[in-house]
Amino acid sequence: MIANWIDACAAGDIENEDVIRFDHEGQTFAIYRTEDDRYFATAGLCTHEAVHLSSGLVMGTIIECPKHNGRFDFTSGKAKGAPVCVDLRTFPVKVEDDRVYVQIDA
Amino acid sequence: MPATARDYSLIGRDARLAEENGFAAAEWYSCSIPRKELKELMKRSDGPALRDTALWVSCLVLSAAGGVFFWGTWWAVPFFVVYGVLYGSSSDSRWHETGHGTAFKTRWMNDILYYVASFMILREPTVWRWSHTRHHTDTIIVGRDPEIAVPRPPDGIGLILNIFALKSTCHTLKGLFLHASGRLTKEEETFIPEMERQKVYLVARIYLLIFAIVAVASFQLQTILPAMLIGLPTLYGGFMAIFFGLTQHTGLAEDVLDHRLNTRTVYMNPIFRFLYWNMNYHIEHHMFPMVPYHALPRLHALVKDDCPPPYPSTLAAYREIIPTVLKQMRDPSYFVVRRLPGGTTAAPYNHGSIIKIAERNTGRAS
Ligand code: FES
Repeated sequence: MIANWIDACAAGDIENEDVIRFDHEGQTFAIYRTEDDRYFATAGLCTHEAVHLSSGLVMGTIIECPKHNGRFDFTSGKAKGAPVCVDLRTFPVKVEDDRVYVQIDA
Repeated sequence: MPATARDYSLIGRDARLAEENGFAAAEWYSCSIPRKELKELMKRSDGPALRDTALWVSCLVLSAAGGVFFWGTWWAVPFFVVYGVLYGSSSDSRWHETGHGTAFKTRWMNDILYYVASFMILREPTVWRWSHTRHHTDTIIVGRDPEIAVPRPPDGIGLILNIFALKSTCHTLKGLFLHASGRLTKEEETFIPEMERQKVYLVARIYLLIFAIVAVASFQLQTILPAMLIGLPTLYGGFMAIFFGLTQHTGLAEDVLDHRLNTRTVYMNPIFRFLYWNMNYHIEHHMFPMVPYHALPRLHALVKDDCPPPYPSTLAAYREIIPTVLKQMRDPSYFVVRRLPGGTTAAPYNHGSIIKIAERNTGRAS
């Protein structure tokens, strides 16, 4: 399996303590920026009912799903309790020259 | 297919039809709000719920103390009415808000109030967490939503019994015994995942133990006073829960994918809004369940022009609900058609026409 670094967005496209949606080749991701300027990426859809997490609320390192308020730690993908029971897949992220790259398996 | 009565069970004919017609876990209409404003509205804080909970608990303690002090005289009645409403009715909204995790910013505060309020309203916390999750996914979709309060044709006797939570309590007690024995109903199996089931059984046993202790105490002391404080208030104080709760969806459309058509927003006075924790802004709550109760009036101001006019009072809502329910007893196909802004007639609007397109997920962690 080849790991690809994909240019997802400009670092400034995401506000502090926020999330945006990034679609690539039919897959959808959520890219996060923390209050202290760290960047993370996870699968874009909630593991409960496949709702886009990018409409959710970021609180510290938690993303809360907009549909039933399920919470994940987006740094590890860990589901934090009902109604989300399945962890979220995470993806490595790097920031270079003010661009955010996500490592995606090809 | 010939017209038949609707099947509200979650494992019956209409459950299958809902899936076939794209009503299950579908895409719903949502008013558009700039992300910046929505983020502001979704912000959590502990302050408002701490203040409201302190006031609520103080009123509970004072009214209980008054009831106990005047026990045996008529003066105890008003104290128990207040205590009963706070215990058996306003616990509904506390259960609801903390179940969404939005009342407090701090998770454990939500959790504690969730378990306490669940007990007061006599709902099993895990069962109802999952049933309410489904209610939000498939609001008033027949065969999918386990929380349709008034199926058609309406059960008039059941509604009257529920003024004092009698029907719902019988149902819950049956469930408690079943769950305490380590089983679920077939319907519950459709929405409670395997990993949550042990919790259901444990809490059912704890509930039954508490009720047994209250019963023994009442028997030993030769007075129903302990039960007047724990257990019975769910019944004698439950009338405001149904009074508020029926305004949410009763008599409106089924099987639509737009909360503006199946949900009411009703203006209520400040006391009602305290008891009901602003759940009168119910369209707003369903559309944006992440917005805490204290921010719902602000959310309402942002979306109201894109919604049917709110009901000006609880009385106005009931002027519609009561005749509608009576009419539905004779004609179950009847429902209130809400008119959307711009004069659009609600009837064909979004009636299953927007169906979720399957997306390829980027995978779940193994
Ligand atoms: S869809 Fe995310 S919590 Fe239900």
